[in-house]
Amino acid sequence: MSTTSRDVLVTGIGLVSSLGEGLDVHLEHFSGAAPEPVLEREAYAPYSVHPLPEIDWSQQIPKRGDQRQMETWQKLGTYAAGLALQDAGIPFDESVRSEIDMVVAAGGGERDAAVDAMVMERARKTNAPEKVINETLGTELRPTLFLAQLSNLLAGNISIVQKVTGSSRTFMGEEAAGISALYSTRARIASGQSEIALVGGSFSAERRDLILNFDLAELMLKSEWAPVLARRKGADGIAVGSVGAFLILESPEHAERRGAKVYAKLVSAVGDRGKRDGDGTAKRFAELLPQIDPSDLLIFSGASGIAEHATIETDALAKAYPDAARIAYGSLLGHSFEAHVPAGIALAAGALSRGTILTPTDPANEQAQSAAAKRAVVTAIGHLHAEGACYLEAVDGS
Amino acid sequence: MTTNTRDHLGRSIIAVTGLGAVSALGRGIEENWDKLTSGTSGIHRIERFDTEGLRTTICGSVDFMLGKDASSVDLSYAMAEAAGTEAVSMAGFPDDDFGGPLFLAAPPVEMEWRFRLALDKEDGATRDEAGYERLLEIARKHPDRAIYNSTQCSRISELLADRLGTRGLPITLSTACASGASAIQLGVEAIRRGETARAVCIGTDGSISQESLIRFSLLSALSTANDDPARASKPFSKDRDGFVMAEGAGALVLESLENALARGAKVHGLVLGCGERADDFHRTRSKPDGSPIIGAIKAGIEDAGLTPDDIDYINAHGTSTPENDRMEATGLAAVFGDALASTPISSNKSMIGHTLTAAGAIEAVFSILALREGVLPPTINYDVPDPKIELDTVPNTARKAEIGTVLSNSFGFGGQNACLVFGRAN
Repeated sequence: MSTTSRDVLVTGIGLVSSLGEGLDVHLEHFSGAAPEPVLEREAYAPYSVHPLPEIDWSQQIPKRGDQRQMETWQKLGTYAAGLALQDAGIPFDESVRSEIDMVVAAGGGERDAAVDAMVMERARKTNAPEKVINETLGTELRPTLFLAQLSNLLAGNISIVQKVTGSSRTFMGEEAAGISALYSTRARIASGQSEIALVGGSFSAERRDLILNFDLAELMLKSEWAPVLARRKGADGIAVGSVGAFLILESPEHAERRGAKVYAKLVSAVGDRGKRDGDGTAKRFAELLPQIDPSDLLIFSGASGIAEHATIETDALAKAYPDAARIAYGSLLGHSFEAHVPAGIALAAGALSRGTILTPTDPANEQAQSAAAKRAVVTAIGHLHAEGACYLEAVDGS
Repeated sequence: MTTNTRDHLGRSIIAVTGLGAVSALGRGIEENWDKLTSGTSGIHRIERFDTEGLRTTICGSVDFMLGKDASSVDLSYAMAEAAGTEAVSMAGFPDDDFGGPLFLAAPPVEMEWRFRLALDKEDGATRDEAGYERLLEIARKHPDRAIYNSTQCSRISELLADRLGTRGLPITLSTACASGASAIQLGVEAIRRGETARAVCIGTDGSISQESLIRFSLLSALSTANDDPARASKPFSKDRDGFVMAEGAGALVLESLENALARGAKVHGLVLGCGERADDFHRTRSKPDGSPIIGAIKAGIEDAGLTPDDIDYINAHGTSTPENDRMEATGLAAVFGDALASTPISSNKSMIGHTLTAAGAIEAVFSILALREGVLPPTINYDVPDPKIELDTVPNTARKAEIGTVLSNSFGFGGQNACLVFGRAN
């Protein structure tokens, strides 16, 4: 019934993480002799956090007023979106950028930790905590903080700062949001419902309020840091990482018309969910994997650090693509939930285009490349739910 | 005779075969429609929490489904389940085996205050000073996955996917107060692409809490007409002073018309077109020239293959804030010209309040009912017309009118503008 189906190209990459900013910095790090993560182990102990590097926000968010209106996750996303647009060679021209669609995978809820502490402190001394909440929040909250909390205000800020206004949709829900953002955007372009789109997400890891949420479910890594696939049951868990990852996806016609450089073809992006029992999860995940020639393939595993999921994933990948090269990129970036799949696509498209040979961070559990990859699969097993797989191919002549 | 099942661009025409609703007016399509067309207000004093010290003490919360201690996730799910099962059953599918994808507009959620305060009371921390470092210590001693679940934005769609038996990975989205419309748009697009023959699109919002109320209050967005709650929401009136926060859920089963006719399903209405446009002006305010609103309205009408003259009724966003209603009227005037004066436009929010994330979906349900029943729900509390906004607001009393098309507007913080065009089933 689908009348048209065309290729979907990756034509712009904006990536920021603990490793630095820009595609080149990342590929350099991932292809180094013995790649090591950048970790903050003290400030959030016993948790390991992959922190943001020093960023000159004004490079992509020139107005101080705009910077003041945003909290870190929004600045990070707006900055990475700016990098992607710039990398794609899209001029800062409203008439051009007003035709670009946007899908953002976002969490949200940045909090004012000092105000929250004040409420808790005052509530201890009263038997009417609701009154304390009213009084304290009513007088202490910055009115504009709300706008830094709303999930769709990352997209809103990208519209204001980067002038992307063709359409604006925000998907929520951890890894699932990232998978769905890629799926939906790819499908719209493939079917002719969109010509060019900005898609991605951001996650700010240096937030105790979020770490609290995750650790209430005992999801955080509290033991000594180890690469994601090396974390064994009982000493496993998530090391959160700050990441901003945005991509420009484009139809071949649109890309050709404006003479865009092409990183790779995003052939598919699919996801599923269901009951999390070992066999069911394994079966669902295996069914999402594209049936392709495993030669010249590089797998970018989005493993989160949860041992049980890593086992399921590794078994399924070994079965589907015996001997294929494989790295788990969360070891170097940390886990970034909504931004994790977009970051994997950014790395995969970059490596395919440049022919970069990546170095395993964890040789015991990863598989080194013997030659530059022509194909890449980016995988995700969400920390609580959702499984996904994206398939990219190098373009001819790259 | 065969019915044409393709639209002006050769795409599948989208049929609405199931509807469900929950609002402060009640549970279910029938109760909502009866009260809506009799001009009943669902706005009341807040009883969920202590309002001492708050500027606004009224709302349109849904208090008849769960107890006061329910979390936003629990209530949002309960309402989405009620509306979703109603819609899926109406469409003739088993309500636990829908067999198509789910598109869900849901409120962003965070840890709620009672959990923070309860954690702070726990023992096991070396640190006494209040704050997240102490709570982290306590969490390591007393983990509680249920609290984590109440902070997960995808929790509601996970529960709904299991309950309704939907297929694939559901999309949970937020485009602020346009979310419900965006969920419908995603469903329309998936069917037009031929990915699925049917989809269930739900908007739900059960997120009225002290903090959410205070946040909107600090932005001066809420009505403070606390004395007479039922009269507080007065869209397009000169004395309007803000919106009234409310809760609810709306659900629609969308289906290709071809598929609906082939299985002999009753078609309640059609989704003819969708338009959207983001605004780059300001985080909470529209561009002064209204161009993004105008662009979204035009795009929706054009996508439907219609012209403004073809629109018979407008289901307004109509929040009752000074800014929204003025900008909406300005945008409509630019698109409709002189025809606007003779096009009836009403705001359901005068009765149910502003259901935020759910609004676009609930108002889509009411738009389809207006088409099916030939009745326009009124704008109540319309006693002092705003001379700067000359509209036929269907004031105070419902009106019988055979209409063929409806434009439904949804606008939100963050520059979100989405417009849907609905048509009558033949």
